[in-house]
Order: sequence, then structure tokens, then C-alpha cells
Amino acid sequence: MNQVLENPISSIRLVTVAGPPSSGKTSLILHTAAVLLEQGLRIGIIKFDCLTGDDHKRYERAGLPVKKGLAGGLCPDHFFIANIEACVQWGISQGFDLLISESAGLCNRCSPHIKGVFAVCVIDHLSGVHTPRKIGPMLKNADLVVLTKGDIVSQAEREVFTFRVRQANARASVLPVNGLTGQGSLLSAGHFKTAPAIDSLNGMRLRFTMPAALCSYCLGETRIGPDSQIGNVKTMDFT
Amino acid sequence: MGKVIEKAGVDPGLLTLGIDTLLEKYPYLTDFFSALGIDPFPGQKTLSMLIESLSPDHLSQFNLDHHALSAQVLEFIAKMEQCRYKIHGRMDHLVIGAGFDKDGCPEAMGITLFPGEVVSVVGPTGSGKSQLLSDIECLAQGDTPSGRNVLPDGKTPDARSRFSGEFRLVAQLSQNMNFVMDLTVEAFLHMHAESRLIDNIPGKIEQIYQSAVMLAGEPFSLDTAITSLSGGQSRALMIADVAYLSASPVVLIDEIENAGIDRVKAVSLLLNKEKIVLIATHDPLLALSCDRRIVIKNGGIADVVKTLEAEKKSAACLAGLDKKLGLLRERVRKGKHLVFDQNFFNSN
Repeated sequence: MNQVLENPISSIRLVTVAGPPSSGKTSLILHTAAVLLEQGLRIGIIKFDCLTGDDHKRYERAGLPVKKGLAGGLCPDHFFIANIEACVQWGISQGFDLLISESAGLCNRCSPHIKGVFAVCVIDHLSGVHTPRKIGPMLKNADLVVLTKGDIVSQAEREVFTFRVRQANARASVLPVNGLTGQGSLLSAGHFKTAPAIDSLNGMRLRFTMPAALCSYCLGETRIGPDSQIGNVKTMDFT
Repeated sequence: MGKVIEKAGVDPGLLTLGIDTLLEKYPYLTDFFSALGIDPFPGQKTLSMLIESLSPDHLSQFNLDHHALSAQVLEFIAKMEQCRYKIHGRMDHLVIGAGFDKDGCPEAMGITLFPGEVVSVVGPTGSGKSQLLSDIECLAQGDTPSGRNVLPDGKTPDARSRFSGEFRLVAQLSQNMNFVMDLTVEAFLHMHAESRLIDNIPGKIEQIYQSAVMLAGEPFSLDTAITSLSGGQSRALMIADVAYLSASPVVLIDEIENAGIDRVKAVSLLLNKEKIVLIATHDPLLALSCDRRIVIKNGGIADVVKTLEAEKKSAACLAGLDKKLGLLRERVRKGKHLVFDQNFFNSN
């Protein structure tokens, strides 16, 4: 895990970080980046958000170059995938070794992970033992699962939680990281460093389809009723 | 996906076994299937027949097809069996190789810890106790700020297993920890025991419950919600649970002096389970119940003090005092007056 990073010109290592809101994505990235900066890596951050967010300021305070993308009324995942290639090119033009993209983390159906790009999922221990089942693709398709806020829950609950995560994704590495003290970030940094280098995402594929859309409500419809529901609509089964 | 099947520990032969047999042998499969919305209705079917009978539509919700699901089931079983195997793995000793203090000067010494030993970690706030504990947790290999090397059985750990987080060396207990699950004591212990893949779950639950009540002093029932336990009861349950159910060979305890439980009994319970117990404490009674004390100064291990015979005698004296304080505490609890003088502490 400690091999010398050989970064040919015009390529960059990309890591996608996803996780529910307030699970500790920004804290994880800040602590992990601190370890990697010390090792001499040049790092850039992309922060995807929905409306407004102040997380980019935390990155700026830490001296990390950051670009913010606001999805506004769009599904943040769709916004992400339409913009991530431009982010990669920005990262290459800035001469970064590593580009870390942080997702907005809104619905449990989020899945910004890309085949051939290192994928991280962040979940916090306080979110309950059923969470590993509820959040689907972003956990199932991750290469690394980081568990936060373990310092305030019992050892037993942490063990159960880890077990549940492994049930959902037996392949991933599962690491606890304390977002306040940074304990554990050394190991997460070891993973971030191994992200494959890429020169472009064009032609690459998502690991899982994104939440589907394209109905009248996507286009701004606000009225309720069958006449207003046009397009890709799914109805509940009450039988 | 074909290459997944060939992974280590994966046994494709399981696909031809009956679901009944598999569920009996690998009870955690029930959970696995229910997470995928599959009812593994036991019966005549084999695993591969069950998988083939699922509709592609159903599977596509989980980004799976028949082939991928087969691979995933087998990989899951392999992983779980690997975990079960690890539980029985033992550590004979833990070497902590000396690193550097906060000024970059070499530490006075390292230390080797043995199972069944209780060692306290002492030093003022900010002296670097947490760094030592954190070094142990991440199996530092000269790559943490302290430059220490943590070597289970004196050997450099395999980098892959270190980074995968598969082997958790350390179980932690601290004053800040709470139960957050909305479960009864029994359901909670059941869930934990299940995740540890052990046999005889009801027996284990009873054992932990009894020990916890013994440590807490205040009885509680198996039907109590864990979130409504008192501070002392929670702490007692956490300690009993770690003693009997945690796979980690090292237990780190941070400040249990105010927990309102029988500290000395708690420590001896953990010791009986052949664990290495490290306690960060300033409590004299607890410090003297340890075999050795690691003294931390300016980020480095400054000394390792062995508990003297004379100190053990002092500890007996301190224990007497502690008992007396306990009696007073009990009176406060019962709403009685506390009138006493020096003789109260001097008498037997």
C-alpha cells in the first residue's frame, strides 16, 4: 500500500465519496487529505451539493483547492455524472495527484460510483443497524466503507454494525474513522492512494444505474393528480 | 464475474446443496436473503434452483442477475466463514516497538503485553495516551506521528489484512459511549451474539446478563430497553458483553472510575477471558489493581512501572476505604443521614 505513486502527466487519481447527509464525509476527507498532504500529494476537492453548503469553506480553511457544484433543482446524482468529467479535466489542469469528489448524499438510492474509479461509502454508527440494508447501491458497490461516530456508541453496536455492512458488501474493506480526532485516517489514506489513475472518464461506466427520472414533476410540475403525472411514473401496489 | 467464483475460500459446490442443509449450516443466510427480499422457503430446492427461480426483474432492483447473485452468495459465505475462523485465532503477545516523543526524541522504551495482563496507562491530559491507544488500534508500522511499531506476536502484520479492517485488535470502552439501539437487553445481546456467529446463543445471553447484573449492583431485567439502563448498568452491560462476546484480544478502557460499578470485579472479569486489558486511569485503586503502569510523558513512553509488593498491601488498605465509601453511597441512595467521623474509616 505504500508504493511510490507514479503519476504520468495528464492523468489523475479519482476517488468518489458518497454517504447519507451528516455522516461525516467532509470530516473523513479532511483528515485523510491531511495525511496525504503530509506525504507530499497535491490534492483537489470537488464538493457536490444540492442547494447551498458551507462545506467548501472547511476545505478552503484546510488549504485544499475546492470547486463547488450546486445541483439546484436537479437530482444531485444526475448533476454529478454530467459534470464529473469536467472536474477531472480541471484536476489534471491544476496538476493534482488526487481528486476527491464528495457527493451531496441525499437519498438512499444515490450511487455515484464508477467502474475503475475508487469508491468510498461513509456511514455513521448512529444511523441505526438497519441502515446498511436501507442504503443500497452506494454501499453495495463501494470498495471502501468508512464507519464514523464510533466513539460514542458501544463496542457491541459497532461490531453488529460492521457485521451488517459486511453482509451488504462482503468485498469492501471496512474501517472505522473518528471524524473529530482523525483516528483511523491513516488507513483510509492508504486506500485513497491506491485509486487507479485515469486521464478521462469518457467511455467509462457507472457501477449501478442512477435513480430514474423524467416525469412531469422533473420538469417543474407542481399540481397533483393523474392528469399531471406524465412520463416515467411508478404507482404503489395496495393488493 | 466468472473470475469471482475462483476466489479463495469460495466453494461453488455449495450451489448444489439443498437450501435446508445450507440454512442449518450457515444460519446467517436467512438474513442475507431477506435483505434481498428473497424468501428462501425451505424445501426440496437446492441453492442454484432457488436462484434460478427468481425473476430477473426482482434481481435487477439490486443490480444483480442470476450469475452475479450466485457469485455473491458464495463470496458472502466464504467471508463469513473466514470471520468465524478468525474468532478462534489467538494472540500470544503484543509487541509495541518504541517510537518517538513529541519532540522527535526516541522513547525511553517499548513494551510487550501478554493476554491475561492488565496494564494501566497514566499521564496528564494531552500527554499522548490517546496516540498510544490509536497506534495499537491501527497496528502502527512506523507510519503514525509516534513512529511506533505494533506487532501482534512480534510479527509485522500482513498489509492487506491491516488495511481491510478485517482484524480488529482492539475493543474500546469509554465513558462517552452510549447504547443507541431501540432494543431490549435480551434482543440486543441476541443480535450481537448472532453477528459473532457463535453457537449456544441463549446460554451466552444468560451468562452476560448475570455478569452485568453482578457488576452493576442494581438489578435490571432482560426486558429492559438498553437505552433506559442507568449509567452504571450500561457500563456493566458493555463490560460483560466485551468480556464474553468481543473477538478483539485487546480491551481499552477509558476512565471507568465514575461509572458506579464494581471496578475491580470488572477488571478481573476481563482478565479471566485472556484479554490484554489497558486502562487509562488516574484512580489509585484501579492503578494498583494493574500489574504494570505505562507512564506517558510528552507523547512518549517515559517508563513502565511494575506494581510493587508494598503497593499491593496499600491497595488492600485502599480497598477497605473504597468499601466504606460504598456504604456511604448506599446510605445516600436510601435517603438516610450520613453522620460519621474518622473512626468510621478506621474501624473494620
